[in-house]
Amino acid sequence: MIFGLGIAFLLTSALTVAGAVAAAVLKNLVHCALSLTVTFAGLALLYLELGAQFAGFSQILVYIGAVAILVVFAILLTRGAAVPEYRNYSSSWFLGLAIAAAVFALLTWAVTKSLPASETVSAPAVNVQSIGVALMSTYVLPLEIVAVLLTVALIGAVIVAMPESREPKSSLERSGK
Amino acid sequence: MSFSSKLDQIFILLQHWIAGFFPQALQPVVGTILGVVAIVAAFPGIFALTTVLERKGLGRMQNRLGPNRVGPLGILQPVADGIKSLTKEDIVPLSADALVHFLAPVVLVVAIFLCYAVLPVGRNMVLMNMDAGLLFFFAIGASTELSIFMAGWSSRNKYSLLGAMRAVAQMISYEVPLLLSSVVAVMITGSLSTVKIVEAQSGFTGWFPHWYVFTPWGFAGFVLFVIAALAETNRSPFDLPEGESELVAGYFTEYSGFKFALFFLGEYLGMFSIAGFAITLFLGGWGAPLSVLGFIPSWAWFFAKLFGAIFFFIWLRGTMPRLRQDQLMNFAWKFMLPMALLNLLVAGAWRFLGEGWSRWVICSVVLIGAYVLLGRVLMRGQHLGPRSYRYAD
Amino acid sequence: MTPLSAFLIVAALVFAIGLAIALTRRNAILVLIGIELMLNAANLNLIAFWRFSPHPAGHSGGLTGMMFAIFSIAVAAAEAAVGLGLVIAYHRHTKTTDLDAMTRMKG
Repeated sequence: MIFGLGIAFLLTSALTVAGAVAAAVLKNLVHCALSLTVTFAGLALLYLELGAQFAGFSQILVYIGAVAILVVFAILLTRGAAVPEYRNYSSSWFLGLAIAAAVFALLTWAVTKSLPASETVSAPAVNVQSIGVALMSTYVLPLEIVAVLLTVALIGAVIVAMPESREPKSSLERSGK
Repeated sequence: MSFSSKLDQIFILLQHWIAGFFPQALQPVVGTILGVVAIVAAFPGIFALTTVLERKGLGRMQNRLGPNRVGPLGILQPVADGIKSLTKEDIVPLSADALVHFLAPVVLVVAIFLCYAVLPVGRNMVLMNMDAGLLFFFAIGASTELSIFMAGWSSRNKYSLLGAMRAVAQMISYEVPLLLSSVVAVMITGSLSTVKIVEAQSGFTGWFPHWYVFTPWGFAGFVLFVIAALAETNRSPFDLPEGESELVAGYFTEYSGFKFALFFLGEYLGMFSIAGFAITLFLGGWGAPLSVLGFIPSWAWFFAKLFGAIFFFIWLRGTMPRLRQDQLMNFAWKFMLPMALLNLLVAGAWRFLGEGWSRWVICSVVLIGAYVLLGRVLMRGQHLGPRSYRYAD
Repeated sequence: MTPLSAFLIVAALVFAIGLAIALTRRNAILVLIGIELMLNAANLNLIAFWRFSPHPAGHSGGLTGMMFAIFSIAVAAAEAAVGLGLVIAYHRHTKTTDLDAMTRMKG
């Protein structure tokens, strides 16, 4: 116990923040994406620590299994893997950094001012079955909307990223036959 | 406690006996550590056995002898291979990204060992009986893709990168049918816990077990799961990512020595874990295949089924030609995905049609009809036939 | 037991870093990464509040916070797919992913 915090919590939060900082400062884009994965894994561990098993595993499945791979593919498809010659930071980087620091200061101030120092609530007993029942009863409308959204996003992403001219594809098909 | 049930629980009793030497507070920790040690010892042992079985089996299928020099019948071949890979020079290419190049095999092996935590290898023999065990397996399995990408990208070699891209694309495409085909077992059991899925299949009707594979939706799900598992583990006929004739060795071209051995280990352990989950989901896990054979310990049944699955994988490798990239993707998205989705519907219908023979007929007819129809449509214009050879005059 | 404020401060830190990435880096993909980090920080907040709030008994009464996080994960996946698709499409037109160079509205 350090500052009244558990070792596990300190380790996972240090991992999370270190991954995020590395994603912010590293030059090579693939390194940024890989350190982002560390952050995602750290957040999943924090969810597990909070007793949200289902959300933690979903986080790993969706973020590490899908989003990180997507990011990496996008980096390779846009030839971003090589270290660029130009500067990595935009011309107004100091403004952005100042805004981020101000937001963090504001949030920390709000957190420390508005909450009692410690409170103990018994861990909620949640199993996967109750989540499933809730998804199919109380939250069935959001579930359907998310399903439609994901379908739309799938089709939309394919259409946006698809080459506009059909010439190369049809010639490939002709040569294949 | 009778003798057979004692034999069934021998490893659990052993674990409790050893943990008994430690103070009360430490006992759960010691028990977990013993479980981890057992997994880390047993599955690499099976890996060593499998390498020699595979080489000898492939040798038989290709009408040659296979390894037969080291030890009696070549059984000590894995020891020699292990010593060789440990003593070989570890070469890292000059332009490679050394840190990522080092981390890739480590991440792969660690992730795959984590999968075994929720695999029930016998009655009461599971390291963590998690409520969301199956989700854990898929989540950890999905993160192995990243380590393959890391290996391919950090090597700075075009064959490595091509192999890694092929592997990642293939694994993502086949993960969708893999997940969907396992959902039927979850639907009927009503739980994501691997232990509960096995227990739901442990009953008998007369002599015959209630395995999910003996139902229409279970059979379809099992076949889809096995095909997707083959692709997920990059085994033949889906071994495009490491096709020797095209890509040298794919994403681990630039790996040598111990790191190569780690990749080799990771690949085989991935195969065992996914075969273990196929057994858990559809083949009754550690259950006996006939009610009269219940006296044989549960762990023996699990490992017997695992070796059967391993033999099946070796057999396929010896007999199937490699697919082409376009065939691979078309098969995943145009055949596997619709069939897996239809299978979900069929499993739901099975659940609500109630007991009786009518649900057997309806579900079987729907699945077979869809299979025939989809097959006909997809094979139209393929012009498959005996290969015609032309010889130089 | 770790107090709620510790989780909230970690979430605030991750959010601030995500914001800093989105505002200072030049590469469009990294900006998307920053947005993902901010979404993740929000998810951590949701789950932390869910864990530390009183849970009314009964049917799915105490699940709202976690459900919010699960839906947010699903939505974030869709957002990443479309965002990266847009970056790839833009790269095909102009051969750049540099945000400072993305000054034209015409394709």
